[in-house]
Amino acid sequence: MKILVCITNVPDTTSKISFSDDKKKFNDAGVQFIIGPYDEYALSKAVDLKEKNNATIVVLNVGGPETEPTIRKALAIGADEAIRVNATPTDAWFVAKQIAAVAKDGGYDLILMGRESIDFNGGVVHGMVAELLGLPSVSPVMKLDLEGTKATIAKEIEGGKELLEVSLPFVAGCQEPISEWKIPNMRGIMSARTKPLTVVEPVAVEGNVVYDQFSLPAPKGAVKLVDASDPAKLFDLLKNEAKVL
Amino acid sequence: MSVLIFAEGVDKSIKKSSLEAVSAGFALAQKLNTETIAIAIGDYDAVALQELGKAGATKVIHVTAGVPAYPSALAYASVLAGAAKEVAASVVLLSKSALGDGILSRLSVQLNAASATGVLAVPEVSGDVLKVRKSIYTGKAFAELSLTGAVKVISLAKNAVPLKEDGVVATVESKTYTVSDLAGKLVHQKEEKASGDILLTEADIVVSGGRGLKGPENWGMIEELAKLLGAATGCSKPVSDLDWRPHHEHVGQTGVKVSPNLYIAVGISGAIQHLAGVSGSKVIVVINKDPEAPFFKAADYGIVGDAFEVVPKLIEAAKKL
Ligand SMILES: Cc1cc2nc3c(=O)[nH]c(=O)nc-3n(C[C@H](O)[C@H](O)[C@H](O)COP(=O)(O)OP(=O)(O)OC[C@H]3O[C@@H](n4cnc5c(N)ncnc54)[C@H](O)[C@@H]3O)c2cc1C
Ligand SMILES: Nc1ncnc2c1ncn2[C@@H]1O[C@H](COP(=O)(O)O)[C@@H](O)[C@H]1O
Repeated sequence: MKILVCITNVPDTTSKISFSDDKKKFNDAGVQFIIGPYDEYALSKAVDLKEKNNATIVVLNVGGPETEPTIRKALAIGADEAIRVNATPTDAWFVAKQIAAVAKDGGYDLILMGRESIDFNGGVVHGMVAELLGLPSVSPVMKLDLEGTKATIAKEIEGGKELLEVSLPFVAGCQEPISEWKIPNMRGIMSARTKPLTVVEPVAVEGNVVYDQFSLPAPKGAVKLVDASDPAKLFDLLKNEAKVL
Repeated sequence: MSVLIFAEGVDKSIKKSSLEAVSAGFALAQKLNTETIAIAIGDYDAVALQELGKAGATKVIHVTAGVPAYPSALAYASVLAGAAKEVAASVVLLSKSALGDGILSRLSVQLNAASATGVLAVPEVSGDVLKVRKSIYTGKAFAELSLTGAVKVISLAKNAVPLKEDGVVATVESKTYTVSDLAGKLVHQKEEKASGDILLTEADIVVSGGRGLKGPENWGMIEELAKLLGAATGCSKPVSDLDWRPHHEHVGQTGVKVSPNLYIAVGISGAIQHLAGVSGSKVIVVINKDPEAPFFKAADYGIVGDAFEVVPKLIEAAKKL
């Protein structure tokens, strides 16, 4: 069995976000990059499946050479090999086309992704890839059990969950609590250095989305404190000042 | 030409977020000088469908036959692709949700359309280009995007566009469209859903509790306060990790993103990952016994105090509202 896991290389969740003065570029100075948290759930699930189903895990990132430390971390966690499509992602459509091009003749039984990237928050790459490959897709997946070629899935829906069944191959966007994150051990870290990381050049894509500029939210004013002995005052303010009641 | 809006429902009525999308669609159609058409899939009565008229649709396409009985992004995408071609839609609007974005991802490929999710305002028109604004880095920043090409597919953030309520009586047409065979590969077993509760993602007010509440047995007061305010309940990640509350209530970076008019956080410290899920809220109230809790920096109003004393008093006050 062969599993493709698509990972993003994104600023750590505690990072302060800033942009270049012309508002055109993300400022990566001092920023720690990580595997996207949802992607890490996908990877952890793949490692679970590998143990049980004798699977091979290929991890894929669309990004420049700077993403390689993150890719190596995925190899340390348990992926067997890696592919980097050598291109800076411009939007979801571009990324989806690259992933589909890699996956098309790769013979993957399962493609796992995160429910969404935490930089561009699209939540769409899995659906696009599945559509391009003519596969079913499910997201966000909280539980995935594999019995032979049949998967039983719990998908989060608003206010609850939906249980469904689907046969391999398919694409899933993962989220917790699908699996526990794996902490790489020393052997994993050592072997990650020598596992194959193949760099492929991107396919040409005609873009239709342009990011014109970035900005930051206006700073928040000071909090207005209400005395604990008189909480009714809070409702008064919410009603008459904030006008949200 | 037209603007086509997908109307998502819950319990046989159209969701408020979808009515907002119709209102945004109407405003956009005015700019494009074209028609506003809504499409509803599933079992709705005439009264429910006319909510779409009030929100700005002049025509409603109602699809009941040939679609699965439960929401399916795969099936609905093919229905929308059929409808979009039929009414020559230059823009398809949806509201942001797992279903909406599941549809959008496939639809944008099928229509070869530019797409953007979680858009925060009615798009601006500049010739053939649509300019949209969305939040990125999970609420920490914004991006301005230009969408080009003949067709655009956009999902709208919840509670971002005011609801129009003075529309017209829409004409309703029943239609069927071809559904992709792929949809049948996902075999629906069952749904486990708390019915009757206000949906967290749709709520105007959210009351959320954190680890400061000590245990699941103390959620009664959170639920009571929420009920009195007509609010949905939420929680922080450790609370759902500990199984004090169901996973679908967990708000934040790795949970549900909410953008209500009012978010009340009780006994939540305000970690950056939690804030990432609530930064779209219009007004934030924080109740925490620690005056140094980081959440106060992100709050509009705050009470420094013990939740077990403050919340019961709030409940008494809420009864008099
Ligand atoms: C990758 C990643 C993703 C994450 N995603 C999320 C996410 O999506 N959502 C999320 O919430 N967290 C997330 N976290 C976890 C986050 O960092 C915090 O650990 C978490 O939000 C803390 O939850 P809490 O505020 O309920 O608990 P604590 O941090 O334990 O805070 C409890 C608060 O309650 C207050 N308190 C205690 N007793 C009382 C009382 N009697 N009355 C009033 N106040 C009281 C305390 O002063 C304290 O501020 C994530 C972390 C990581 C690393
Ligand atoms: N540059 C990328 N390289 C590899 N996988 C990606 C990339 N961008 C997005 N993905 C995958 O697609 C998922 C959804 O991303 P998005 O649609 O951007 O929210 C992510 O969680 C990843 O699994």
